[in-house]
Formats: sequence, C-alpha cells, structure tokens
Amino acid sequence: MSAVVTPGSVQTAEHSQSHRPDPNYLTHTKGFLSWALTLDHKRIGLMYLVGILTSFLLGGILALLLRAELFFPGEQMFSNDGYNQLFTLHGAVMVFLFIIPSVPAALGNFLVPVMLGAKDVAFPRLNLSSFYLWLAGTAFFLVALFSTGLDTGWTFYTPYSTLTQGPVVAATMGVFILGFSSIFTGLNFIVTINTMRPPGMTWFRMPLFLWATYATSIIQVLATPVLGITVLLLAAERVLKIGIFDPAYNGDPVAFQHFFWFYSHPAVYIMILPAMGIISELMSVHSHKAIFGYRMIAYSSVAIALFGFLVWGHHMFTSGMAEVTTIIFSALTFTVSIPSAIKVFNWLFTMYQGTVSMVTPMCYALAFLFLFTIGGLTGLFLGSLSTDRHLHDTYFVVAHFHYVMMGGTLIAFLGGLFHWWPKMIGKMYNELGGQISALVVFIGFNLTFLPQFVMGSRGMPRRYAQYDKEFEFLHQLSTVGAFVLGMGLFIAAGVLLSSLFRGRKAPANPWGGDTLEWHCESPPPFYNFLRPPVVKDPYDYSRLVYDNRVGGYVERPEDRASGSHK
Amino acid sequence: MSATELDASHNHSHGHDDHGHDHDHPAWLAHHFDDAEQQFDSGKLGIWLFLITEVLFFSGMFCAYAMYRSLHPEIWTFSSQFLNETLGAINTGVLLFSSLTMAWAVRCAMLGQNRGVVACTGMTIACAAIFLGVKAVEYSHKIDLGLLPAGFYVPQVAHPEHHEGLSKWLIYFMIVPGLLLVVLTAWYGQAVATANAVQKQIAGPLSVSALCFFLGVGLGLYLESGEAAEHGDKAHAAAADSHDAAHAEGDHAHEEAHASDAAHEPKDAATPAATESASTDSHADASHAADNEIISPDVNKPNAAGLFFSIYYCMTGVHAIHIIAGILVLTWVLVKAAQGQFHSEYFGPVDYVGLYWHLVDFIWIYLFPLLYLIT
Repeated sequence: MSAVVTPGSVQTAEHSQSHRPDPNYLTHTKGFLSWALTLDHKRIGLMYLVGILTSFLLGGILALLLRAELFFPGEQMFSNDGYNQLFTLHGAVMVFLFIIPSVPAALGNFLVPVMLGAKDVAFPRLNLSSFYLWLAGTAFFLVALFSTGLDTGWTFYTPYSTLTQGPVVAATMGVFILGFSSIFTGLNFIVTINTMRPPGMTWFRMPLFLWATYATSIIQVLATPVLGITVLLLAAERVLKIGIFDPAYNGDPVAFQHFFWFYSHPAVYIMILPAMGIISELMSVHSHKAIFGYRMIAYSSVAIALFGFLVWGHHMFTSGMAEVTTIIFSALTFTVSIPSAIKVFNWLFTMYQGTVSMVTPMCYALAFLFLFTIGGLTGLFLGSLSTDRHLHDTYFVVAHFHYVMMGGTLIAFLGGLFHWWPKMIGKMYNELGGQISALVVFIGFNLTFLPQFVMGSRGMPRRYAQYDKEFEFLHQLSTVGAFVLGMGLFIAAGVLLSSLFRGRKAPANPWGGDTLEWHCESPPPFYNFLRPPVVKDPYDYSRLVYDNRVGGYVERPEDRASGSHK
Repeated sequence: MSATELDASHNHSHGHDDHGHDHDHPAWLAHHFDDAEQQFDSGKLGIWLFLITEVLFFSGMFCAYAMYRSLHPEIWTFSSQFLNETLGAINTGVLLFSSLTMAWAVRCAMLGQNRGVVACTGMTIACAAIFLGVKAVEYSHKIDLGLLPAGFYVPQVAHPEHHEGLSKWLIYFMIVPGLLLVVLTAWYGQAVATANAVQKQIAGPLSVSALCFFLGVGLGLYLESGEAAEHGDKAHAAAADSHDAAHAEGDHAHEEAHASDAAHEPKDAATPAATESASTDSHADASHAADNEIISPDVNKPNAAGLFFSIYYCMTGVHAIHIIAGILVLTWVLVKAAQGQFHSEYFGPVDYVGLYWHLVDFIWIYLFPLLYLIT
C-alpha cells in the first residue's frame, strides 16, 4: 500500500505502550512520520494550527513594520518601493495563508468530525493533501517574499501586475495551489456533514458551528475555482502574453477585477462565516442558555453565503461600470447586512437572562460583537454609491475591512482557540492571563483602527508610505495601538504556550457545553468515539451540573441513572 | 450516552486499537465509514462537488470568451477560419466514443467483470491518446504558421511557406508519448516473458494507447495536408485578401466588404481612413460578406486575431491538461481492475472517474462549436 500510516499499521507501536493509562490522539503514536503522514483529522488540524499561527506571526511582524514606518510622515526605514512590498506581503500572507484557512482548516478540521460524532472526515487522504497543498502554496509565497519585489498588493490588479518586475508568477502559483487546498477542505466538509451525521442528528440538530462551516464550504467550493482560473490567466498573461487583461491587445483590465472579486468577495464570507459559527457556540455555552433563534442563525449563514456571490461589483464602483449595474450591486450589498444583523441580534438575546460567565472565550466573543458590528456598519458607507466615491481607496476602507477580518475573524478565532484549547491539548490555561490578553487586544485593536476611520474620511489614501503632516497624530495613535495589539497577542500566545507545561489537566467538559465534542475526553482518543454517541438538542444545558472534583461539568446523577435519553 | 460511560467503554477497549478495522470491516471499506453505501454516497457527492468546481474553473474562460466575442464578433469570424473543422469533428467523435466505453466500464465494474473494466478503460485511454495526437498536429501546425496568443501572433500572409517534413513542434510533442511507447512495450514484453497476467493486462492496453497517440498524429497529418488545398487556402485567401488590401490602402477590400451595405455608409467607403476605423462597422457586415470571407484587415493583427488565439489556447490547453489528468486516473482504475478489485459492492472509483471523464468530454462538446464552427 501507500506510505500512509493507517490505523492498522500503527498497531505494533500501540501494543508496546498499551500499559499506559490513556493514550489519546496526541500520544498514541510517536515520531515525525506519525505526524507527517497521519490521516487523523485532529492531528492535521493541529498541524494546520501551527502553520497558520506561524503565518500569522509573520504577517503580524510585517504589519508592525508598516505601522512603525508610518509613525512619522516622511521616509523612515523603508523606501516607497520597500513599503509597497511590505504591505503586499502583509496582505497576501494574512489573507491567503492565515485568515482563509484559520477557522475552517485548523479549528474546523479538529471539530467537524468530533461534533458529528464521526471517526474522521469523509476523505482523510484528501484532507492530508490539502495540508500539503497549503504548505506548497506557502513555499511559493516565501519564494516571493525572499526574492523581494512582489509589490502588486494582494489583489494583483492588472495592468500593473502584468508589467511589474516582481515575482508575480510565483505568487499567483502560490495562490492557485492554496486555492485548491481550500477547495478540498470545503469539499471534504460538505461531504462529511452530508453523509456522516450520526443517527438522530438531523440538519436542525447540528451545532451552529457546523452550519457555518457548511455555508463556508459551499463558498469555498463555488468561488475558489474562479480565483484559480483568474490567477492562471494572469500567469499566462505574463508568460504567454495572452493579453486578455491587457488593453494593448484589446483586453480589458477591469475584467480582471471582476474575475478577482467574484472570488474574493465571497472569500470575505469564507473568512467571517466560520467566525460567526464560533461566536454562536461561545455565546450559548458561556451564557449557559440555549441559543436564541437557532433556525434563523442557521438560515442566515446560508443566506450570507448565497448573497455573498451577488455583491462583488461593489469593489469596482470607481473602476468604470454601467450606472445601473452599480445601483444593483449597491442594493444587493445592503441585503447582506440583513442576515448579519439577524445573527448579532440573536447573539444579544442569547445573553439576555443567561448566566454569563466571563471566561476568556466569552471575553473575546464580546469583543467580537463590538468590533464586528462596527466593521459591518461601516461597510454600509462603502456600499452606498455616493459615499464610496469619497471613501474609496482611503484608510476608511482599510479600517473597515480590518474591523471585519481582524476584529471579526481573528478575534473569533482567538475566542475559539481559547474555547477549544483544553479539548485540543488537554490542558487548562491561566484564566486571568487569558482575560487580560482579551482586554489588551480589544483596546489595542480599537486604538489602531478607529483613528483610521477618521483619517480615511479626511482623505488619507491607502498604500502610501508617506503622508501629510496633518495626519501625523492619528497615524501615531494608530501605530501605538498596533504595538499594544501586538502585545496583547503575545500575552495570549504566552498564556496558551505556558499552559502546555504548567496547565492542569483539562476535564472533558470545562465550560458546560453540550455539543458532542464535550462528550469525549480532553484530548480526544484516536477514534473520537467508540460507537456513535446519542444525539440530542445541542443547546440544552439543563442536564449539566458543575462538579468541583472534576473541575468541569458532568451530567446530573439522576439523568445518568435514567439512561440519559432525552 | 454520558461522558463517563464513554470513557469507561473507551478505556475498556484499549487493548486493540484497531477497532476501525474489526472483522466485519472489509479491506475495501475505509475505516471511518460504517458501510459500503455510506462510502459510495460520500464518494459520489464528493465527485459531483469536484465537477462543480471544474465547471466553475472553466466558467472563467467561457466568460472571457463571451465577453470578447460579443465585443469583437469580427475577430471570431476571421480567426475561426484557421481552425480545422474536420480535425475538430474527428476529435469530437473520438471523445464521444470514449464516453461510451467509459459508461460501459462502469457497468462492467458494477457487475464485477474486471476484465471488461480493463478492456473498456483501455479503449477510453486509447481514445484520449488519439485525441491528444490530433491536437498535437493542430497545435504544431498553428505554431508554425504563427497563429499564436496575442503577444506572439504573426499576421497571416497569402501563401505561407509550406513546411517540408515534420514540424519541430510536433516532434517535441511526440517525445514523451514516444518514450512512453518504448517503455510500455518493453514492460509488456517483460510481462509476456514472465507470464505475469496482471502486468500483461496493465501494460497491454497502455502500450496500445501510446501507439494510438501516433495513430492520432498520422490521422491529423493526413487530414491536415488534404485540407490544406481546400480549407486552409480558403482561410489564407481571406488573410491574403485582407493583407493585400492593407497594402493597397484598403480601398478594394473595404468596398467589397461594404458593397451590400453601401447604402448605409456611403461616407465610410469614400474616406481613405475608413479602413482603420471600420472594425466596428465591418462586423455588422460580416454576416453579409461571409460567402467570400473577406474581412477588414484590422482583424489580422495581434491585438485582434491574437486575442482569439489566446482564448483558443487557454481553453483547449486547459482542456488538454484535463485529458492528461483523465488518462492518469483512468490508468489508476485500469490497474485496480487488472488486480480484480471491483465487485458489485465496490465500484466507486470507476464510477467517479467515469463522471469526471464525461465532464471532460462535455466541455469539449462546447468548445468545438464555440471555437471551430463559426461562420
């Protein structure tokens, strides 16, 4: 057979350590190859986690360099060209290497099968190959990084991207490969959720994280191929001079923008939808109250996924489009705010009259509510034609999408990471440290990006290394904020890393959640569940009580005795 | 079930950790599936989703095609003359036949007839090879004539040099299939010598397929040369006319193109500069002028006809890559069938590869009329 480690082939290793009390997925086999060739979705998820956090560190350092350069109006450390390369790499690394795979590939891979009570995703080999495709794509990006000179912005707009000297082909090939990684992950999740739900788990008994993941996967499968062909055509444009985006050959550069945003706008929802799924879980579990409006949240995820395909034109209001087209795109853009708002209100009502425990994940979830709402509402200014004309390509746009992508996705990702960390690693972290990190991140984030709204509305254009003196104070506020934010993230990293060594052993159910992942040990055993667990309403907490001896939640003794069926 | 119960039962069974591979789990059923039906359904859904991504992948190019054709229809009418309809039609027929053999292979797999699967997938691969052989002739011929993507397009002239012997591009295209033919035939010889039945079943169809590539090349060359007198010269006559016309200040060709519509644009016909600006007008007339195939010389340029060939190479090139990928996965199926792996409960791979193959054919069914059959 292939060199892939299958459960059968690790059997011998297993026997030698069978005296150990509790081998879990982290410890049941050892050695580099047992990780590199694993088909276990949990290990793949963990490898993704390490990969994307490394990318995030890289993207974050680039961001801090950018902000440091902008501390004074004139030229500081970098030339204008150097600055162009920095922001290009910051954007490309953050978008393609970090945010898009962050929640689906890292947390999703770990959680989807466990939440379904399944042993693995439907196509474990495809899952592993997704990870290696991600690595290969990353390698192409690193080539672009170290050959220094990719300065097109992460959007690769033509005609500049066909003319510049930078390693555009390497970077586009990286995007192409990463796209396939993303497609395969999405495809895997759709099939897994469709065919591997356990008996009793109807569509409307699925945890909302799975609904969100499902909606995300639909976008990944439908939108990413278009990005694939777009970057392929861009590479062909450079190598074979096909000219279809080049006005010199009768091609149309705006066609590239349409192609690009047909993927990249839905990609925004690839980023935010799984984050919304996380928040749905966090809100309900930490309020110890059933989620409010389950069905509406589920439907709104799908609605966002579908509407997300109809709004790409709002990136091109100023690039030249028929007037009636802009009006239609503007109107459609507003409709996306409806399902988003449905979610926000449902989360608020979930907390209402709940017993909210302000643990670290919940702190991040609350931060998400504020930041995402600001990000979403400022999107309306950009979606309306008249104001967009003024705000297009200013810091207002920068602030808006950072509030959504970072204030939304990153914060939710951190919340989810703190929420499921005990499950993934089996260790509890320092609660106070986690809460402090959430607070510092929240303050630093707002300090960084609120001033950018002001700058943008006053006309500070994006992507400039130097600026007018009048913006100096706001830029300095923003830079200070960025470093505070960076500090908050380092605290979060420190809290999580120190838990590896000092954390107490995590109970099976530290928070009182009732989705299936809390029904297996922390960390889960190799096969997650021995037989399909009994499925019931995932948001009914009435049977759980806190047990001091375990340090976590257990079922009420009387329920356990009566066979725990509901 | 409670958490503690789970733990208990879990600890219980840790002696044997291979509970995914327990006795009622046959080798062809992956450890994480409960039964054959679940496995088959998952695979089927997975391949359909993959086909959706493939359609969307091609959709980008179809969009580009639609956009530029609607903007510049005259480019399409002019450039399409250089494509050889006969070769395109033969390739269409070859692919349609390969879809039949593919569907037959699936049926054989369902019935557990592994030898039938070998024969049918072998024929499918052979058809794919013929297709590629014909395509290689088409590509090399166009490259020689300078019918290339926009940046490399060479304006066509009246009497192109006729190449003696094989095009060097065709020779490049034949290197890999030639090597494969040698290796596979040797491998087949070894199988015969050692009387290895499985190896014979694999190497036989594959070497025949490699041979079929050259069959396709021969067929292509024969038809291309036969066509050259008729069709190719017609295309080049059109090119020549437009070319000559450009040299003769454009008056003659332009008047002729506009003859039927002269009443509409008397001013245009009179001004010498009209030829330069006529591209938008001339496509309105293109349908009228279709019989004599004379089109504004504006089209015979890299930024016009070149754009068509850009799209032609992108679409057919990506399609050809899919054919090659199809050959690879079909070979995988062939190997599995030669080993006798398929039976009525496990025939998924044949089915999935079959669906993929039908899609690749299907895309060609669109490409053929959209690119070749424009008048």
